[in-house]
Amino acid sequence: MKKYTDTGKQDTRSGFGAGLTELGRTNPNVVALCADLIGSLKMDQFIAENPERFFQIGIAEANMMGIAAGMTIGGKIPFTGTFANFSTGRVYDQIRQSIAYSDKNVKICASHAGLTLGEDGATHQILEDIGLMKMLPGMVVINPCDFNQTKAATIAIAEYEGPVYLRFGRPKVANFTPENGKFEIGKGIMLNEGTDVTLVATGHLVWEALIAAEALEADGISAEVINIHTIKPLDEAIILKSVVKTGCLVSCEEHNHLGGLGESISRVLVKNSPVPQEFVATNDTFGESGTPAQLMQKYGLDSDAIQVAAKKVLKRK
Amino acid sequence: MSSTPQLESFVTQVRRDILRMVHKVNSGHPGGSLGCTEFISVLFQNIMERKPGFEMDGIDEDLFFLSNGHISPVFYSVLARSGYFPIEELNTFRLIDSRLQGHPTTHEGLPGVRIASGSLGQGMSVAIGAALAKKLNKDSHLVYSLHGDGELQEGQNWEAIMYASAKNVDNYIATIDVNGKQIDGTTDDVLHMGSLKEKFASFGWDVLEIAEGNDIGAISNGVNEAKSRTGKGKPICILLYTEMGNGVDFMMHTHAWHGKAPNDEQLENALSQNPETLGDY
Repeated sequence: MKKYTDTGKQDTRSGFGAGLTELGRTNPNVVALCADLIGSLKMDQFIAENPERFFQIGIAEANMMGIAAGMTIGGKIPFTGTFANFSTGRVYDQIRQSIAYSDKNVKICASHAGLTLGEDGATHQILEDIGLMKMLPGMVVINPCDFNQTKAATIAIAEYEGPVYLRFGRPKVANFTPENGKFEIGKGIMLNEGTDVTLVATGHLVWEALIAAEALEADGISAEVINIHTIKPLDEAIILKSVVKTGCLVSCEEHNHLGGLGESISRVLVKNSPVPQEFVATNDTFGESGTPAQLMQKYGLDSDAIQVAAKKVLKRK
Repeated sequence: MSSTPQLESFVTQVRRDILRMVHKVNSGHPGGSLGCTEFISVLFQNIMERKPGFEMDGIDEDLFFLSNGHISPVFYSVLARSGYFPIEELNTFRLIDSRLQGHPTTHEGLPGVRIASGSLGQGMSVAIGAALAKKLNKDSHLVYSLHGDGELQEGQNWEAIMYASAKNVDNYIATIDVNGKQIDGTTDDVLHMGSLKEKFASFGWDVLEIAEGNDIGAISNGVNEAKSRTGKGKPICILLYTEMGNGVDFMMHTHAWHGKAPNDEQLENALSQNPETLGDY
């Protein structure tokens, strides 16, 4: 089992903030918009360094999406910042018509995604956003796993021409991917080679999958671990290559099993290489208040749940 | 710059285009299109500083956004007759494989269109974004937009209206087509909006009214006056009082032609009221 070291827990939203700061220094076309959540989105440094390129929209997310779309017409690269819930469900038609259908180069940057938002509860814990966004034609959907990868993804999407949904979160989590690593949109990352079961994880669940793989190894099970940071376009090749070897797969995500990464993978598997699959995801439910760790345990999204799913899918081979 | 007789000819021909387009496919929105024919014609022919050809970025030229996208027939006709694409293409309105979709879109690459519209209430935010980009680019050109009065029932507009004045978006002129009608009846009956003039003014906009919104001279004077008020810290709103279906007697003074095409006889009657001027497509 390949070893990964947590270099110190950090929140992925701070990775976004760090990436945005760097873009402020390197790309004069990058502008940032926020709907009254500067601190939560870690935009302070960008704003301090580029006050003329920051737009405080107020609590008006629909207007923010439209303004972002309009700014692309003058050649700007707008990064919008608010919580995932207010970045997607609240403004779905604005994104659909003014950004996706209009082919606008807007980067929709969404923090506090999923259950790990914690105590604020279900009103703010969106578990449907990946599904909503991946259904929009032309929309790229990215859910990086840690601080370093979120920073790299933030920088990478500025170079990509087209609408992007970048999803990240609130809690401090293990930071284990390389500092200043290259981020390739649509390219999965092989974290650990194994032979018995494939664990495909995205976002916060990548680290959980690595912990699970270590525990499975102790039980004599060799788990392959793949980090799928880009849900759309999905790196089908890395998944198909893996299941040829392992013959079964567990998808892991902080999202509803309806509409998430797991379903995207299922589609690829049934079309190309049908193998048993288990889903570590929420089960068509809303969340609730609690600490992130409590919620991940209660809703079956932690490393223990991944181990259980891996053992279950192995029996179905 | 076109003279008034030239503009009158242009407007008459655009009316013919609108009528023939919606008749051919038996769908589309002639009423609002006819009501805004003079305004959009004057804007494109005499007011806006436009560069030849079409670049999406629109740098160093004035921009126009149509928020009430259902009046696409008038938009398409004016765009074609202003040189953005061949007028023959008006033949393809709402047909399969056409760039002239039922509602305007950038998705098929039609020159002159910079945003998709049709789902109402989104155009003002987009126009504000384009105006902000112009300021960042030190581009002194203006941004224009057109909205239906009924469209103002969409809440996003009021987010945008609040923002534009709070942030001094003063390189922007939004025009509201006040025809007092929407699909289900008069705007007063469907959802009374009170005084739009007072609403915009209380939100901090500089408001002008063009009482004769189908009169070429009144439109020119009003929009030029609006232009003269830009750059003074406030966004500008023009309340353009129009008659839906203008130029076709049986389509006026009713909301019946909001989204209905004329039949063969009605088309013949309507065209006879608007004889060919610049040549049919």
